[in-house]
Amino acid sequence: MRAIVRRTLGLAWVVPALVLVGVFVYLPLVQNLQFSTLEWDIYSGSREYIGFDNYRRLLDDPVFWSSFGNNLLYAVISIAVQVFGALVLAALIESIRSERWRRSLRAIYFVPSAISLTVAGLLFYFIYEPSLGPLNHLLRAVGLGELAQAWLGQESTAMTAIIAMSQWQGFGYSTLLFAVAIQRIPAEIYGAAAIDGVGPIGRFVHVTFPLVREMTGLMAIVTISGAFQVFNEVMVMTGGGPNNSTQVLGTWLYRSGFVRNDFGYAAAIATVLFVITLGIALVQLWFTRRRRVEW
Amino acid sequence: MVSRLSFLGVIVRVFMWAFLLGLAVVVLYPLLWMLVNGFKTNAELFGDPFALPVDWSFDNYRKAWNRGVSDYLTTSVLVTVTSTIATVFVSAWAAYGLTRVRIPMNRTVTALILGGLMLAPTVALVPLVKMFQAMGLYNSFWALLILYTAFRIPFTTFLIRAYMIDLPREVDEAAEMDGAGRWTAFWRITLPMCKPIITSTVLLHILFTWNEYLFAMVFTSGSGVQTLPVGLTSLMSKHGTDFPVVFAGMVIAAVPVVLLFFLGQRYIVRGLADGIGK
Repeated sequence: MRAIVRRTLGLAWVVPALVLVGVFVYLPLVQNLQFSTLEWDIYSGSREYIGFDNYRRLLDDPVFWSSFGNNLLYAVISIAVQVFGALVLAALIESIRSERWRRSLRAIYFVPSAISLTVAGLLFYFIYEPSLGPLNHLLRAVGLGELAQAWLGQESTAMTAIIAMSQWQGFGYSTLLFAVAIQRIPAEIYGAAAIDGVGPIGRFVHVTFPLVREMTGLMAIVTISGAFQVFNEVMVMTGGGPNNSTQVLGTWLYRSGFVRNDFGYAAAIATVLFVITLGIALVQLWFTRRRRVEW
Repeated sequence: MVSRLSFLGVIVRVFMWAFLLGLAVVVLYPLLWMLVNGFKTNAELFGDPFALPVDWSFDNYRKAWNRGVSDYLTTSVLVTVTSTIATVFVSAWAAYGLTRVRIPMNRTVTALILGGLMLAPTVALVPLVKMFQAMGLYNSFWALLILYTAFRIPFTTFLIRAYMIDLPREVDEAAEMDGAGRWTAFWRITLPMCKPIITSTVLLHILFTWNEYLFAMVFTSGSGVQTLPVGLTSLMSKHGTDFPVVFAGMVIAAVPVVLLFFLGQRYIVRGLADGIGK
């Protein structure tokens, strides 16, 4: 009996965390599922159960699909730049012999990741700005003046411009993590490869890449998950415009719920996001479990 | 490594360095441009964007400060400090309970707390707004403190727990035999041994809170409760085309975290690496 009391008292250590996570992370999730089945008028306060109607509306909503497409584009470009590009970059940096240069480059590339996406987004809003922005000035200065344009103001370039900013902001973060992974590869393996006459590219393909494969997989998962949660940079740079061309699921959810006051519909978008991010997280869990068994 | 300075090797190295240094310029130039623009007049900014200001004056910084940045900064500091303390202590308690105390249903409790890592904040947004409105905490400092703490407990607990698992248990057991209660053992022995990971989690939490935008934007609207990231966007929309003032505000928001990164680089990298890979 005393043992049971003691063990139950032990719960006191985890109760604060459990309550906070339970009430503010899990409970809203369940409520969200319920909200997504309601037609909810915030002015009259009337709520009406409408089953899956909000989800049916989603399927017919072109902006929902273009938002989803923008998230996908974000994921694809980020995988190319922030996973594979960053891996090659990290390998290049780690091949430098001077420790001071390695450290400086890693740190310099990381700086944009330390500042907020709001600051980075505003900064690039000005860089892309048609009249005062240095990008157009630079293009004109090197004789490519016909390429100068309103990068964020037209549907054809706005999304790519935002994604480009986000690569600038985020590539140093993944480069740093890849560099850490490469540092953990025992030096003897590289030494053996060098003795066997394997060149630098061969060393990357046959030694570095296979040995950081786990990290590459994890980075890819984290990057995709991040690409579906994009919000900050779009809100700051375009607010989803022009003509909804830069809406992503997060901003379309916000707009539906808090600008157009269509809470039920916003909750339905949230459910879609929930399914996607949970799916990605489960893949990550499976991935780390499997790795642990292998080692 | 064998070094053969063949002609081809030299060419390759030159290209590599040109690429690496070019990339460093691409990263640093926009940041320097931002810094310099904080000193320009509006006419200078609209003139030649690459030129340096004629007169390096702190006027824009003073204006930004008086147009709300002082309030945003105060709120940011308050929210950051309080939520860091709350998150790290609640998480360290939980990690201690999960690794050192025999509690019922340990596996379930662990899964519940760490499972929160899988859930995106955006998904909970609509119900959370309703919930905080009902509690009367919408548009308040408390909303941000609670949300930043609750949503970062899973990650922080994950890091501290992984560290505590690897710590030797003998020390705790010795302390218990000396008659020290669990509470004393936690404060006197386990927590001090966790100093490196606590430092990492503190720094990562500060970076997160300082830069967070989604919750800050949705849950606050008055300038008295807005943090810097949201405040900057209001500064931008409220004051029309006085852009150098906005740049000054951006610099004020960016400098503390950049300094923090350079000072705590070792711990931040460690936390990030453990957070993704362990």
